[in-house]
Amino acid sequence: MDGVHDMGGMDGFGKVEPEANEPPFHAPWEGRVLAMQRAMSYAGAWQIDMSRFAQERLPPQVYLTVSYYQRWALAMEKNVVERGLAASDELAAGHALREAKPLKRKLTPQTVKEGMTRGSFYRQAQGPARFKIGDRVRARNIHPPTHTRLPRYVRGHVGVIELVHGCHAFPDSVAIDKGDDPQWLYTVVFDARELWGPDGDPTLKVSVDAFEPYLESA
Amino acid sequence: MATHAHDHHQHAPQHASGSELSETQLRVRALETVLTEKGYIDPAALDVIIEAYETKVGPHNGARVIARAWNDSAFKRALLEDASKAVRTMGRESPVGDHLVAVENTPQLHNMVVCTLCSCYPWEVLGLPPVWYKSAPYRSRAVKDPRGVLADFGVKLPKETQIRVWDSTAETRFLVLPMRPGGTEGWSAERLAELVTRDCMIGTGLPKNPREIA
Repeated sequence: MDGVHDMGGMDGFGKVEPEANEPPFHAPWEGRVLAMQRAMSYAGAWQIDMSRFAQERLPPQVYLTVSYYQRWALAMEKNVVERGLAASDELAAGHALREAKPLKRKLTPQTVKEGMTRGSFYRQAQGPARFKIGDRVRARNIHPPTHTRLPRYVRGHVGVIELVHGCHAFPDSVAIDKGDDPQWLYTVVFDARELWGPDGDPTLKVSVDAFEPYLESA
Repeated sequence: MATHAHDHHQHAPQHASGSELSETQLRVRALETVLTEKGYIDPAALDVIIEAYETKVGPHNGARVIARAWNDSAFKRALLEDASKAVRTMGRESPVGDHLVAVENTPQLHNMVVCTLCSCYPWEVLGLPPVWYKSAPYRSRAVKDPRGVLADFGVKLPKETQIRVWDSTAETRFLVLPMRPGGTEGWSAERLAELVTRDCMIGTGLPKNPREIA
């Protein structure tokens, strides 16, 4: 979806302000949010692109003004409710009022290590890769109203295939509960002047990792 | 654009107004209670995760990888060939999943990593991303004006240096292998690791000058 989360190339957000000696969490609740997200993923409640999509669907003014972990918490509430794991009256009451929906497993202190390991996103290829290293490709000018990982700033532009990462679960499909729909994944590199016009930095190249359905031959 | 309010929250959520903060705290507590009562989560497991990110998983993990690559050319080749595999051989606290890619800085080329769409970051080797990495200023500008971003970090590259920005739009994660600072001949990997900063592995910084730690 063409949301405010798709920030590449936008102006007006100001300077980057690094914080010296930044702690892992700025408040204890931030750690709880992060850890709950890990535990719910491990339990099979949802997948990472469903979390991303829930954040993208927050109202833009909310997305831009709440802190990072507040955004996570809001997205988690959304997924919990939408997936029937708890109802909004239960979240408001702060207690479970109804039966739980069974999940596939539960993260315990003994299985935390497993829960903290990123799962593999490799999937069985459904066919041969359409592109090879060195091929010129155009990022399609697509605007799906749902989750996609093709940023706006490359759409319609021509780049070159630089790496082939194998076949991966396709976020556009996973995020809307349509399954893995495995797709070939490529690193596609663009010249900055192709993306930003003649004023683009002549020393700059930018790459995105793009799934095959995002690309066409150029 | 509510830039000021946004920065305020991004950089100092602890300075948010008291009522707002407690509202978030209460809301997060309510969520945790409901999920616990439903039997989906075990709060003791959450404690272990939080402790791991506070004490075990951090940029010191990545620094060990970089220092070894500086000191061991076979390891460096293996790292650039398949970073997930190479890092796994080091036996670390946090296990590394698939899809880690190491990208090498050279005198001609500087690499920088961003996630314009959310906050993708190589957690397993660098720990949790800093607030600035997840902020709108970095996500918006890194792909268009990386030299301006580097200036915000006090880094100035020669004007002829080629810059490559890697936007982490899928599950591939990128780790920058910075150039080994001069004047470190004969240093142990342990000592070299002290030169490796988090930001130099993201590409928004350079390794420390050896004189800084001498």
